[in-house]
Parts: sequence; C-alpha cells; structure tokens
Amino acid sequence: MIRILLTFLAMAWLTLMVLAPVVIVLVEALSAGVGAWWQAVSDDETRTSVALSLKIAAIVVPCNAVFGVAAAWSLARFRFPGRSLLLALLDLPLSVSPVVSGLVFVLLFGAQGWFGAWLQAHDIQIIFAVPGMVLATAFVTLPMIARELLPLLESQGDDAELAARTLGASGWQVFWLVAFPRMRGALAYGVLLCTARALGEFGAVSVVSGHIRGQTDTLPLHVEILHNEYHFQAAFAAASLLLLVGVATLLLRRLHTTEAGR
Amino acid sequence: MSLSRPKRAPVALPGLGLSLGITVTWLSFIALIPLIALVIRAGSLGWHGWLDAISGERVWLSLRLSFGASLMAATLDTLAGLLIAWVLCRYKLPGQAFWDVLVDLPFALPTAVAGIALTALWVPGGFLGRMVAPLGWKIAFAEPGIVVALAFIGLPFVVRTVQPVLQSAEKELEEAAESLGASPSQVIWRVVLPTLRPALLTGFALAFARAVGEYGSVIFICGNIPMKTEITPLLIVSRLEQYDYAGATALATIMLALSAVILALLQVLQSGRRLALR
Repeated sequence: MIRILLTFLAMAWLTLMVLAPVVIVLVEALSAGVGAWWQAVSDDETRTSVALSLKIAAIVVPCNAVFGVAAAWSLARFRFPGRSLLLALLDLPLSVSPVVSGLVFVLLFGAQGWFGAWLQAHDIQIIFAVPGMVLATAFVTLPMIARELLPLLESQGDDAELAARTLGASGWQVFWLVAFPRMRGALAYGVLLCTARALGEFGAVSVVSGHIRGQTDTLPLHVEILHNEYHFQAAFAAASLLLLVGVATLLLRRLHTTEAGR
Repeated sequence: MSLSRPKRAPVALPGLGLSLGITVTWLSFIALIPLIALVIRAGSLGWHGWLDAISGERVWLSLRLSFGASLMAATLDTLAGLLIAWVLCRYKLPGQAFWDVLVDLPFALPTAVAGIALTALWVPGGFLGRMVAPLGWKIAFAEPGIVVALAFIGLPFVVRTVQPVLQSAEKELEEAAESLGASPSQVIWRVVLPTLRPALLTGFALAFARAVGEYGSVIFICGNIPMKTEITPLLIVSRLEQYDYAGATALATIMLALSAVILALLQVLQSGRRLALR
C-alpha cells in the first residue's frame, strides 16, 4: 500500500515537474504543424544563431579538451604542493553564478574595464562580440572534460605507463601509445558533455553578448529574443533544437554508463 | 588502487611540467585572473562604496528572495529527490530506465529552454496553471514560479547523490531491524535516514548552490518585477545594462563569496563521507 503510494508520488513529481516541460516544448513547437516548425527552424536568423553557437563550441571545446587532458594527467599522475588547491579551484567555475561568469569579462574588457581604453584605441572588440562570448563559454565549461578524465585516470593507476617507460618508450610514446588510447572513451564522453553545455549556455553568454541580432545571438539567446517578441511558436521551435541536443546527450550518457558498468 | 600503494619517488612518468603548465595557464587566463579582477575591482570601491552599492531596499529584497526561494527549492528537491531515489532503488518501476533517464533531464536541458517551457506550463492559461487557478494559486510571474524553476534545475543533484548511497546501503540492515521488531517508521528514522544524512546534505547544498546563482530558467517565469520577483542575478544584469558597473560588481562579490563558502562546505562534507566509508 505504502509502496504504491510512494511510487505514485515519485512518478507524479517526475511527470509534472520534469516530463511536462519537455512535452510542452514539443507541443508548442509543433502547434502550427510540421511545416510551421520547419519554417521557424530554417529561418535565416535562426540559422545564423545556430551557426554562431556551433562556431563558439568549435573554438571552446578543443581548448577545454587539451586543458582537460593536461589537468587530468598532472593531477592524477603526480603529487605536488598545491595539488588539492588546484583541485578545488577546478570546480569553482561550475559553482559560480553564470551571470558572474559573464560579468568578470565585462569588467576586464568592457568599455569601462581594465583593458577597455586600450582595446578601444586598437579597435579590438571583445565584449558585445564573439571573442567575449567564447571566453564566457570557456569559463562555464572549463572543468567539464577534466572532471570526466580525472576519476578514470585515478582508478586506472599508472602501471601500464610506467611499464612502457621502463621498456624504453619516450615521453610522447607513453602518452600517445599507452595513456591516450586508455582515456579515449572518457574523453569522447567529456567532449560530448562540454559541447552540449557550450551550445546551451545562456546566462554568461547573455551578459557579454549585447544581443545584436544576426551578429551576437546564439541559439539560446535567439530563443529569448523570439519569446520576448511574443513569437512563441518560433521560440519553441528553436528551443526544440536545443531539446534534441539535450535528449541526445542523455541517451549517449546512458549508453556510456551501461558500457562502463559492464 | 593507486592511493593505497606505498609511496615511491615519482621519477619515471613524463610530462609533469608540460601538463601542469597548460593546466595552470589556461585555468589562470580563463578563470582565476577574471575572478581576481572582480575582487580587486570590488576592493577599489572602498568599504563605504561597497556598502553603499549593496544597501538599499531593492538589493535587500532581491537577496531575500534569492535566498528564500533557493532554500525552499532545495528543500523541495531534497524531499522529492529522496522519494524518487528510494522508489528507483528499492521498487521496480514500470519503465525503470525511462524514469531513470528522466531524472537527468534538468542537467541536459539548456536553462533558456527550461525557462520558456515552465512559463508556458504555469501561466494562468497554461496546462498546469489552469489546474491550480481555481485554488487561487498564482505560479508564473510570482514567487512560486521562481521556486518551481529552481526546484526543476536542482532535482538531479539530490537524486544522483542519494541514489548510489542507497544502492550500496545494506538492505540486510533494514531487514535485521525489522526482524528485531522495529516498526516501519523506526526503520526509516533510525536506520535509513542516518545512513543517508551526509548524501542528503550534499545534495541539498549542491541544489542550493545551483539555485542561488541561476538565471536562465528563472527570468522568463518570474516576470521581472523590481522589488517583487527580482532575483539577485537578475538585478546584477539590470545594473550592468544601466552601466552601473560598481553596483553590479559589489553584488557579484556577495554571490562569489557565497559560492566559495558552499564549495568549501561541500569539500568538508565529502571528505567526511570518505572518512566514514573507510
């Protein structure tokens, strides 16, 4: 009896609080038919915003991937003074408010910022332009790949790499032939998570973007613009693209964890 | 495990200099220097300038709202998260995998999407707003809407911290208590909850930390009414839009200090848990 009641309550909460928002995105996006959905999705401004989102992700993710591998290698394989401080700092970007993550770059590079006058004199635009959005996205997604690799490297131990080393492999040979193949799966998964987050980031990017239509609106920002202009169906159509990215990430995560569990 | 192995000189493995160099450089450029710049900038306001920027009723009301709504949302998440983790671990649900994946959805859904979806659901004419309207409840464009949005994004933090503990907790312990004559409520209060307490606290803190800084999912549903439904991150943005950099910076330092405190608290909680597991 209690069991049925608890099951019902848990399912009701998940249905109303989590499932319903997803369903409403699809319902609203398709409320005027598939044709209208396609029209909204293939609209010029939507396409530009998708392109900008992809461009930002294409810059940020490789940087954070190199950082992630380097951070995981140094933190998992070596013990040095300041290591635990570095570990704690690694988590900081994830716990800072996205608005603050954007603000710090405005303070550095904005018109009134530290480098503002110098940048203006040299005609370099960072805030209210793509470089600022890249920086803000890099900030919020900074530790995501490192966080996937670290526990893996810790649990693998360094026996294989040490063995390769004693057998005469050079440093780079150890990395490319022994260490890298063993971290490939987790790296791919971290890249996936980081990409999804980079495409969907809203708060931090919103602060530095300046919302210039067709120039600095990413897909999530475009959703906001459409919504604020009461183009609800178009807003939800654009949002449905982001929803697809999110759901795809979840399903791949599911695959990844069941494979890792085997 | 590498931790339990006897220590030996870390001579053989290459790449400490290079990997640590990349790590520290990128971390400094992207995160540390900007954050330090924020603190220095706040320092340049002076003590009085800083106090001036964070005093005033609008700031006070926004902080109270942010804290209050986040506490309430984190509490709801802890209760619902415990329930959901319990049901997922201990009972077999029809479509178990589906519900399990669903729990992670708030992690994966971009906040702007969550924001407009929740708004569409809870506006007075929306699918769920219509149902609660006869009760006289106003959810969207009012405080409850903020709590709903924050509870949405925080739920997976609690479920995902409680679930593994519940899974590894020995069911025999509960069965033993039962066979020794404990009533179901005694089993729950004396056996189950004490085991879960650190995980519940961690989940609560994670959900709270996320909620207090949240922006995207809230701004659509809260209606942005100054002094009424204006959360602190929103006030920071509106100050920035008016080029009030000093005011935005001062508020941001409060948020930053709060994140640092919660992060430190979580470290303590987690190291406590690790000790307890040993």
